[in-house]
Amino acid sequence: MAKKLALIASKGTLDWAYPPFILASTAAALDYEVQIFFTFYGLTLLKKDVSDLKVSPLGNPGMPMPVPMPNLVQMIPGMESMATMMMKQKIADKGVASIEDLRAACLESGVKLIACQMTVDLFDFKPEDFIEGIEFGGAATFFEFAGESDVNLFI
Amino acid sequence: MDFDKELDARGLNCPLPILRCKKGLAEIENGQVLKVMTTDPGAVKDFQAFCKQTGHELLSMEQSESETVFHIKKRAA
Repeated sequence: MAKKLALIASKGTLDWAYPPFILASTAAALDYEVQIFFTFYGLTLLKKDVSDLKVSPLGNPGMPMPVPMPNLVQMIPGMESMATMMMKQKIADKGVASIEDLRAACLESGVKLIACQMTVDLFDFKPEDFIEGIEFGGAATFFEFAGESDVNLFI
Repeated sequence: MDFDKELDARGLNCPLPILRCKKGLAEIENGQVLKVMTTDPGAVKDFQAFCKQTGHELLSMEQSESETVFHIKKRAA
């Protein structure tokens, strides 16, 4: 019987969009059955348009910067867009997949994407905000699959 | 070494070489051989792990300066 991977994706920034989609698509390639439960800011990753995902250097001392940059400078308007632009350029230069591509690979290989119904309501999102082929569910829905999974990760 | 299909995954980074390889294997018959060319340094370990977990046979792995070429035989079923 196929192994199972259950993921919770809770973050909605460009950098944190990668781990769930990389792990899910790879696990599917390894013949795992995979579900990702998207909750809170993670829901952003299910929007039709993910081209506006951003990465912020603010309050992230671990982010490699070309020159040392204090928080006071990073809060200047436009810095976040600039950091995002630089990150996207690096992603393209290094042959790293785009989030769109990884998400498409997940859908193509049968990864089940579940949007947390409670957070959808909380943020006033509408079903038509999201891509086709996803499901909506709550915590009990997650555990139905997670309870019998071999690997469970919260991201 | 003989092969039935060739896949160029050069310039691609994790996890794309593995995803492409999986796709390539789906397009050949059981027992046929897929040749994959990569430049991702992580591919060396990843392809071994992929084959070990999926049951496809890693026939060979040739490393040169900047490239690694894999020959993978698709499992019987």
